Amino acid sequence: MLAYIARRIVYVIPIVLSVALVCFLLVHITPGDPLVAVLPADASQELAAQMRAAYGFDRPLPVQFGLWLWRALHGDLGNSIATGRPVLAEVLRAVSNTVTLAIAAALIGFTLGLLFGLIAGYFRDTWVDKVATSIAIAGVSVPHYWLGMVMVIIFSVQLNWLPAVGAGPGGSGSWGWDWEHMKYLILPAVTTSVIPMGIVTRTVRALTGDILSQDFVEALRAKGLRELDVFKHVIKNAAPTALAVMGLQLGYMLGGSILIETVFSWPGSGLLLNSAIFQRDLPLLQGTILVLALFFVTLNLLVDIAQASIDPRIKRG
Amino acid sequence: MRNTKSNRAATAWLLATALVVGLPQLASAQSVLRIGMTAADIPRTLGQPDQGFEGNRFTGLTMYDALTMWDLSSADKPSVMIPGLATEWKVDEADKKKWTFKLRPGVKFHDGSPFNADAVVWNVEKVLKQDAPQFDASQVGVTASRMPTLASAKKIDDMTVELVTKEPDSFLPINLTNLFMASPSKWQAFYDKAEGADAKAKSQAAWAAFAKDASGTGPWKMSQFTPRERLELVKNEGYWDKARVPKIDKMVLLPMPEANARTAALLSGQVDWVEAPAPDAVKEIKQRGFQLQANESPHVWPWQFSRIEGSPWNDIRVRKAANLCIDREGLRDGLLAGLMVPATGTFEPGHPWRGKPTFEIKYDLKAAQKLMQEAGYGPSKKLAVKTQTSASGSGQMQPLPMNEYLQQALAECYFDVKLDVIEWNTLFTNWRRGAKDPSANGANATNVTYAAMDPFFALVRFLQSSMAPPTSNNWGFINNPKFDELVTKARQTFDPAARDAALAELHAASVDDAAFLYVAHDVSPRAMSPKVKGFVQPKSWFVDFSPVSMAP
Repeated sequence: MLAYIARRIVYVIPIVLSVALVCFLLVHITPGDPLVAVLPADASQELAAQMRAAYGFDRPLPVQFGLWLWRALHGDLGNSIATGRPVLAEVLRAVSNTVTLAIAAALIGFTLGLLFGLIAGYFRDTWVDKVATSIAIAGVSVPHYWLGMVMVIIFSVQLNWLPAVGAGPGGSGSWGWDWEHMKYLILPAVTTSVIPMGIVTRTVRALTGDILSQDFVEALRAKGLRELDVFKHVIKNAAPTALAVMGLQLGYMLGGSILIETVFSWPGSGLLLNSAIFQRDLPLLQGTILVLALFFVTLNLLVDIAQASIDPRIKRG
Repeated sequence: MRNTKSNRAATAWLLATALVVGLPQLASAQSVLRIGMTAADIPRTLGQPDQGFEGNRFTGLTMYDALTMWDLSSADKPSVMIPGLATEWKVDEADKKKWTFKLRPGVKFHDGSPFNADAVVWNVEKVLKQDAPQFDASQVGVTASRMPTLASAKKIDDMTVELVTKEPDSFLPINLTNLFMASPSKWQAFYDKAEGADAKAKSQAAWAAFAKDASGTGPWKMSQFTPRERLELVKNEGYWDKARVPKIDKMVLLPMPEANARTAALLSGQVDWVEAPAPDAVKEIKQRGFQLQANESPHVWPWQFSRIEGSPWNDIRVRKAANLCIDREGLRDGLLAGLMVPATGTFEPGHPWRGKPTFEIKYDLKAAQKLMQEAGYGPSKKLAVKTQTSASGSGQMQPLPMNEYLQQALAECYFDVKLDVIEWNTLFTNWRRGAKDPSANGANATNVTYAAMDPFFALVRFLQSSMAPPTSNNWGFINNPKFDELVTKARQTFDPAARDAALAELHAASVDDAAFLYVAHDVSPRAMSPKVKGFVQPKSWFVDFSPVSMAP
């Protein structure tokens, strides 16, 4: 097991380096001025050159990449061009908000997804299955930013039950898991949960149906096992695949949803990425992408390890 | 009689109870104004804000003052410059590059330190003197270009300062509205405490700390700051202009970049005021009893013509025809739901810099077609023109539908308009590089909106031949000796009334030459709760929050 974990960690290194290189190149080769956030439209050539030198954009790209990577390895992602604040602090604050949102959305989405999936799988081709499947299809089909807007119109604007935007009465700086803060979380979390709920439902439904049709289930029943014990076997067999799907979904949620966070002005990594793109704030953009990629890769690693610990066949593969 | 006595006693008792119970509540009831800004982040708080004039509006003019200021008290008259932290100023008759500014006595920064000549010199040097300890490159970009000729500052005595320009420039006092005075004492305290490898690192750390705990002389003081989420400002009871001590106790600024989110926040009562509500929600906003405030802004939505060799816009008949071919009232009443003012130049009648142009910009289809026919075009021979624009961008209003409206309108005047839609930052970058640059993609017009607060931004940077790229924003390489002569005349006229007259002459000349396709002025729409009282929307990018109050 330890050898497997070590091998997986070694695989992660080139992936992270590749992500760092790609995101560095992508933001540098797109047209437009990297200093557009701080350079006025009528800046003189002299001022532009002075600013470019001050921010190090006058150096050759490989040198810029090398310096950036070296500092990143030492935990320094530079300062935001637009605000002057350290990128790492900006990203970590945003990521913590996104994690809060992702946890709430995962709790809702995975609970409902597992519930609907198991029910639909157990009662395949009945009306119960059709209802659960329809909900799942709606979950993955409805544009979630549109759903977010509809929820805001109904629950904030019309009914005035829940706040439309923001992360709490005093911002996320004073976050707590009390009702005053939770009510800011409900609408974005429910909206975010819709896609994972749909995907988990479909996956678990298919797995459950598949496992129930296998011979060993018949054998278990023939041995006189109670249905609850059979159910435990079904869950154990479905768990690795379901876990992988949930891990991926959690990864997507931790990556932040630009659309949902923008609709709800939720100060997470998606909103941060959005403003970094619009302000063309290169250090912030690179730093945010890198941290999110690291999150995604780490999460995948953890999911792989968890899968391997549940299902020994995976280690051999 | 007994009844009357007992009634009086009961009334007195009730009044006393009400006073005892109510007074502490009254004393603790804090009036709060919550504003949803269009910015994605709180504009920088350290003195020179980013995010354009929205930054100046919310974190510049609230916490800070400049030597000169804008009069924001009237909704009817154009905003003009007035004394601020300087009470008077004059140019040296012998050397027109030297100015003397007399400072306002008795002004204190929020930290209690005095405002004086040393503070002015320190603030000039924070953006102009590279070897000054407080020099901050990140503040230079948003400052230097707004006062392009300022070279240095020198203390004469505690309440007098001398400013020197690189060339004679009568626009200096107007430009100085953009230089906000931060507290040197507060910064120095942060600098002394800062840790860093060298002076530069300590300076950066001091500015970072200052941004979190700012100190200016403005009517509002910083009380709480969560980056990217909220800035809370409280009233400065000791503000030097007693008439502008804020009426409300606290103002909360919240970044909400998405128009629908802002509108929903207003309609659900989460905020009291939103900038630029979603245009398609205007009807509902009004129906539900909210206020919609709008007024002509010093802002122009134009097509800036290329005047390089071979450009179709080099023929004045073509430029005039385009200006006569647009039904601006139709654009206002239809597509923009009333949220624009038709443009007949950079400045509209009533503005001191308007002048008396002889070419009247209006909708006259027949005159436009006639001009085009005289220039050699007609239904069977259309003139192909290409315009660069973006799908969105700061101040761009509704660029795509507006340009499509223009495309259709100009087709009736024998223009064949091709739109080249590019990303906003790319368009903005090309604005600096000019029509000859490959990034212009061969376009012979560009659609970038511009602020028209001061003469340099409104006229000079576009019309003076020496402002052609790479120097400034004369994107189309306009080279008109008359413009150059009038720019010099305006710059070197130091009597304010005569300077205004010279600028009016320059503006009239630019309209007569149909220098741009003038289309619209934005109206800076903002929606607010019916509880918001006393607000005056001036003809400006800026507003004064001091007279605003909140009904219970």
